[in-house]
Amino acid sequence: MTAAEPEPDGKPRPDGKPRPDGNPVPGSVPSAAASVGPSPATTARAEAAAAVAEAAVTEAFRQEWGKIVASLIRMTGNWDLAEECTQDAFAAALTKWASDGVPDRPGAWLTTTARNRALDRLRRSKTEAVKLQEVAALSVPEEPAAWGDSGVQDDRLRLMFTCCHPALTLEARVALTLRTLAGLTTAEIARAFLVPEATMAKRLTRAKHKIRDARIPYRVPPAHLLPERTTGVLAVLYLLFNEGYSASAGDLMRPDLTGEAIRLGRLLAGLMPDEPEATGLLALMLLQDARSTARLDGHGELVSLEDQDRTRWDQAKIAEGIALLEAALRRQRAGPYQLQAAIAACHAEAPRPGDTDWAQIALLYGELGKFGRSGVVELNRAVAVAMAEGPEAGLALVDELAADDGLSDYYLLPATRADLLRRLDRRSEAAASYRAALKLAPTEPERRYLTKRLSEVSG
Amino acid sequence: MTRYLLLMCGDETEPQIAPHPLADNETEEPCWMPWAREMEARGVLLVEGAQLQPTATATAVRNSGGEMLVADGPFAETKEQILGYDVIECTDLDEAIYAASRHPVALAGGVVEVRPVLASV
Repeated sequence: MTAAEPEPDGKPRPDGKPRPDGNPVPGSVPSAAASVGPSPATTARAEAAAAVAEAAVTEAFRQEWGKIVASLIRMTGNWDLAEECTQDAFAAALTKWASDGVPDRPGAWLTTTARNRALDRLRRSKTEAVKLQEVAALSVPEEPAAWGDSGVQDDRLRLMFTCCHPALTLEARVALTLRTLAGLTTAEIARAFLVPEATMAKRLTRAKHKIRDARIPYRVPPAHLLPERTTGVLAVLYLLFNEGYSASAGDLMRPDLTGEAIRLGRLLAGLMPDEPEATGLLALMLLQDARSTARLDGHGELVSLEDQDRTRWDQAKIAEGIALLEAALRRQRAGPYQLQAAIAACHAEAPRPGDTDWAQIALLYGELGKFGRSGVVELNRAVAVAMAEGPEAGLALVDELAADDGLSDYYLLPATRADLLRRLDRRSEAAASYRAALKLAPTEPERRYLTKRLSEVSG
Repeated sequence: MTRYLLLMCGDETEPQIAPHPLADNETEEPCWMPWAREMEARGVLLVEGAQLQPTATATAVRNSGGEMLVADGPFAETKEQILGYDVIECTDLDEAIYAASRHPVALAGGVVEVRPVLASV
């Protein structure tokens, strides 16, 4: 640390307002923690204040991180600087809020502190001198509007589109979104994707350098690019959700990732109120997540939709998901996410498996297939047809799919075939398909489920 | 404004992708002219550009510790070759991507590599 980077107490309150507790300028009064030989009561008070500050910082982190980073990137054009200064502001808040109390507008306090830190650092860096003038010019007039929730185009939307730019690799898009918008640390992201921290750090650095050097614009794309780019942003969020919901390796679910995906989905749906697919994606994630608690039994085993204890489904999430879906569908621009949400809603609305409207689900999968041929969609349609019309009808569709080689590595194809054969009591054929599925199943609980089924038809 | 090199790549044996600039053209206007007009109308500055002679005319030169090594052919034997280049100046990568996507080589099925030029300090 250099002399130009003073301790948090060395500066007046960044927003220049009087302090809410009426104390004089911070720093002039020694804080309780710093006084010599504190009484037990004083220590207890300090600890309580520290706990309050920590809780407030944690809450502010969830609410404000992305907003602050996004506005600092716009002002400085420097992603690393933006992240570091935001980080510094939160660190300063921990100390400052414990000694002085939580400010009235934590977000404004943090933004001003982060911005001042950025100005300090730019001032000391001669090569950034030009940039500094821009920051100085920008920071004054935008002060009041930038914190409002409406009117101004939200920096976070710009950030989201830039993070999800198609010129970046998909892995980089996901990682950048988690780092800059959600505020996850590099270590956390590395853990979530099971790669070494150094690998993830390199991936993030490379992406940020490309944004800077190739000049990927920091903006919401113009109208002619918007539909395509929006699809890209939605795909990144859904990939993130799925990575948490059915992890590609290791644990079966990662609630931290599904939670972040829903949080970002909520943000995007709020920022793009005219895009029904954004709302549709949020609805879809909520409806799927509502079932997460019933998806594993007490031993961590996967429970099929049919066997799930539906009383454990999260009714609040289901209600919110359905309300969002209905609002999206009223716009009469159906898309893949709305259709998938509609399918999830069919399941969510059935009190018992037997009540499921499979004919409707088969129809919805048919509609979904019109947005791009997908073996996975076709397989799901085959399952719905089997439920609506009987296993033979489903099996015929599955066998058609098996003839195509696009799904040859997808364990759910033989697994579905096995289940349909089991229902038709064609036990030896079912056993053969369960064995084929076992070879392809990616996670341990899925393998255990298949093994259990295999023993049922082999017995 | 940022300067980008657009590197036109594709199979040079395919006449669709690597035509003679004046081939099959009664007006004798080079096939890239409409592209150039469209770009200028958008405010994309065309600094320079050219189609290259086929790789059969290429020579690879190396200097290995003072010893000059000269060989016939391009530096790498690949299915796709560098067919030409354009240097453009535009506001950002989205503009450069758009310019690349409208280039005759891209429209004919080739690949355009978009590379920002390192700014001279």
